[in-house]
Amino acid sequence: MTLKEIKELLQAKVINGDDSLDVEITFAGGSDLMSDVLAFGKPGILLLTGLSNAQSVRTANIIDAKAIVYVRGKKPDKMGIELAREKGIPLLTTKYMMYTACGILFSHGLPGVSGLTPKK
Amino acid sequence: MMMSDENVLSQHFEITGRDFSNAGKASTSIKEILQEIGIDSSITVRASIAAYEAEMNVVMYAHRGVLTLNITPEKLHLKLEDEGPGIENTDLAMQEGFSTATDDMREMGFGAGMGLPNIKKNADKFEISSIPGKGTSLDIIFCLNKTEKK
Repeated sequence: MTLKEIKELLQAKVINGDDSLDVEITFAGGSDLMSDVLAFGKPGILLLTGLSNAQSVRTANIIDAKAIVYVRGKKPDKMGIELAREKGIPLLTTKYMMYTACGILFSHGLPGVSGLTPKK
Repeated sequence: MMMSDENVLSQHFEITGRDFSNAGKASTSIKEILQEIGIDSSITVRASIAAYEAEMNVVMYAHRGVLTLNITPEKLHLKLEDEGPGIENTDLAMQEGFSTATDDMREMGFGAGMGLPNIKKNADKFEISSIPGKGTSLDIIFCLNKTEKK
């Protein structure tokens, strides 16, 4: 799934990385807790978060995340946006809340970070 | 950045306690250095995560600290020394989920009691020592020699 498809599914706005929307996303994870993202995130992850301070972007950079989607209409602070520009990390924001945003992407076939799929 | 004749890279990063707006900057710089000198990308991510967790611990709990990056052809060594309250029981602090974090730390997305265990998980070798009332020191080592790699 491309970031452009994710943008459309989540009716998201692009905060940074308008020219990177063709990037391919293969898995995602959602958390407001950066401790968890650092412990369970994997390089290439699409991070969905409601944490809008600069730590969200710093954490994404440290773990080699592909992009960040901010939920509940949140936007990162200026310091976070500047770092994302510097590091080339696309940032999107959606009005959907965390559960709904994750559910939309999962139901369209984007798996979670663990690679585990639930029993049918 | 210092590069000596023995092919050793050494750099210090000063970290200030409670300085949340700059928290993570040292680790971001460390990651840039590791990428620049061409360290294997999986080691770079593991070392950057460990550095970030260690840096956040200083910001959250200590007065100040120094994170030193030393690289030789054989190993990457992150040494952290802080001045602060120290840790009463390091065995307890190493347990996942154990935390003495406050609400403002949790607002930053940290303080879940995952930091030290996550450093240990990512490192090839990890040592912690702490003197209550004085400070904590961490030695976090990554083998760069592929045969010794985790």
